Amino acid sequence: MTVIGWIQILLFCAIVIALVKPVGWYMTRVFNGERTFLSPVLRPVERGIYWVGGVDEGREQHWLTYTVAMLLFHVGGFALIYGLMRLQAVLPFNPAGQTAVAEDLSFNTAISFITNTNWQNYGGESTLSYLVQMLGLTHQNFLSAATGIALAMALIRGFTRSSMRTVGNFWVDVTRCTLYVLLPICIVYTLFLVWQGMPQTLGAYVDATTLEGGKQTIALGPVASQVAIKMLGTNGGGFFNANAAHPFENPTALSNLVQMISIFALGAAMTNVFGRMVGNERQGWAIFAVMGILFVAGVAVTYWAEANGTSALQALGLSGGNMEGKEVRFGIVASSLFAVVTTAASCGAVNAMHDSFTALGGMIPLINMQLGEVIIGGVGAGLYGMLLFVVLAIFVAGLMVGRTPEYVGKKIEAREVKMAMLAILVLPLMYLGWTAVGVVLPSAVASMANAGPHGFTEVLYAYTSGTGNNGSAFAGLTGNTLFYNLTLAMAMFVGRFFMIVPAMAIAGSLVEKKSIPASAGTFPTTGGLFVGLVIGVILIIGGLTFFPALALGPIVEHLAMNANTLF
Amino acid sequence: MLREIRPAILVLVLLTAITGLAYPLAMTAIAGVIFPRQAQGSLIEKDGKVIGSALIGQEFKEDKYFHGRPSATVAPDPNDSTKTVPAPYNAANSGGSNLGPTSKALNDRVKEDVEKLKAENPTASVPVDLVTTSASGLDPDISPDAALFQVPRVAKARSMSEDAVRELVTQNTQGRFAGVIGEPRVNVLALNLALDAANAK
Repeated sequence: MTVIGWIQILLFCAIVIALVKPVGWYMTRVFNGERTFLSPVLRPVERGIYWVGGVDEGREQHWLTYTVAMLLFHVGGFALIYGLMRLQAVLPFNPAGQTAVAEDLSFNTAISFITNTNWQNYGGESTLSYLVQMLGLTHQNFLSAATGIALAMALIRGFTRSSMRTVGNFWVDVTRCTLYVLLPICIVYTLFLVWQGMPQTLGAYVDATTLEGGKQTIALGPVASQVAIKMLGTNGGGFFNANAAHPFENPTALSNLVQMISIFALGAAMTNVFGRMVGNERQGWAIFAVMGILFVAGVAVTYWAEANGTSALQALGLSGGNMEGKEVRFGIVASSLFAVVTTAASCGAVNAMHDSFTALGGMIPLINMQLGEVIIGGVGAGLYGMLLFVVLAIFVAGLMVGRTPEYVGKKIEAREVKMAMLAILVLPLMYLGWTAVGVVLPSAVASMANAGPHGFTEVLYAYTSGTGNNGSAFAGLTGNTLFYNLTLAMAMFVGRFFMIVPAMAIAGSLVEKKSIPASAGTFPTTGGLFVGLVIGVILIIGGLTFFPALALGPIVEHLAMNANTLF
Repeated sequence: MLREIRPAILVLVLLTAITGLAYPLAMTAIAGVIFPRQAQGSLIEKDGKVIGSALIGQEFKEDKYFHGRPSATVAPDPNDSTKTVPAPYNAANSGGSNLGPTSKALNDRVKEDVEKLKAENPTASVPVDLVTTSASGLDPDISPDAALFQVPRVAKARSMSEDAVRELVTQNTQGRFAGVIGEPRVNVLALNLALDAANAK
């Protein structure tokens, strides 16, 4: 670890913190339906969409209707991506002549993109046409992100409204989020990325004759427009196979810094939106503090582990840390930081190969995802995931003092706690359950790229990432098989929607309750005690669930590495 | 609930048209005008022929050129499409080795490379980036240490003085952005082009 390394980490943190308030302010205005400086241009477009779609923007929805609308929207999104992938050979914008994608891979990818996972069993430049990248993947990057934020808004309204039945209008929330928040930022962001060196072209791949006379086919495409929303919407699906490690998908150290900031920007600002909507920004900052403490702890461990390198490299007299699977322009620190950012948020883009990280350095990304991706988290999804843990923490605090627990003016009762537990428990069921199957079934074991405990970690990482809707991978695992395509799709689907529906049920239950003013007996939820309590609940619930699995994977591997055992 | 079906189709179609077609196509048009070089992939031409991209590493094996990092990219096996064969710096199929910290295969490969490099330059210590594969397999850069390590070999192959080659390395070393962000690095293709240009003089 170096001083300049830590300066880079602190600079990143400072910029994210500085963005929380202004972005939170702007997003609050957007979702409250207030005028913004973009309204003169965008308001007519917005009204046009409502007019064609038959949406009455004044009519709000019950939580069930809101949820059904969201699910219907995803059925359409799924059909669109699946159809485009199957038909890409006969559709335009296919200069590389990509053939139709197989049924199981198309199915996996379609589920992957509607759930904001963006797991890459596809190879990007070797599999998909430009049309699929744009019309299939780019569009769903926008809409799955907008959906996450819309759902978080519905849950926030559950806390802020008193004795009502409706939680907002899904169509209005999604449209406004796409038009006023995501699209304007992406337009500016795309131009920045192209300036840094990212291609944005519909032209065919270029054949170059190298200096030594070899032939090199260079894959191109409309990369920047997709990468902008891939990062901002915490989607993470790469245009290229190597994702943000590819020099065209992350050309410079500056583009790398901005990409990391954009992964966190909206998720971090959602804590401020929450604070503003419940009428006390400090409520938002308390949640942000929980996230921030867990984040910095994770960065420290991964950076330390990667800077130390592996004992095999050290034995050969190689210093400078573990550079296998990392790019020179990012080095150890920016690769470690990126890995923690992308898994803390539910992004899943990678600028280094997590599979080649040291055992402990690769364990932190795994833990980040297993904690439910509540450390900033996916756009919207991180906030509603964190609020589920808050509900549990408040419930635990209530049990300790023997009072009905309450949070920002709402009583937390049996229904909310049950729903929160359901949402949180369904995640380990998927990633532990399928890992157990994956390490027993011979055809699934054959997909492992590494032997020994690392192979186990590859499978555990795959299902954790799928269930958490992250999308990063220990990419040595050959995921493009019938077994993994189908089971990962199921893990992604359950991980997304079995978390959303209980969260929406909580929103519906809270919105009907009366707001009660804080009294002397109310547990203050803006102070250090609350922050510590939530961190404790996250670590205890998470730790008890997945510690045994970690012991079989990264922890054993770390001990083996120190004993100079190779597999 | 049935009334939600119409927006589920029409709002989806409209938002898809905006974000999936209008947005990327408009950005392609605008970027092509403002940053035409970058938008086309930062291609480098020599005598009217494309010789590569400034951002994409390419394979160098000859002694007279600086070598990039090992690359783990593969290509489909021409004899059996279900298998792959090593194809370093395949810019149509990026990827890393994905070998883990306790991998015997990784350890053997690194060991072999270290021995080769030690034979080439016994006095200096081997820089780690010169024996590890990059994440993309297309890393255009090496560390300044990795470039300086190769100076004796390149100077000998070109009958240049080591000082002259070292001077070119220094000229082609890029520092951190704003002195803080990223890592110092040397673009291998740019350095080799500078070498060729220096020889041609």
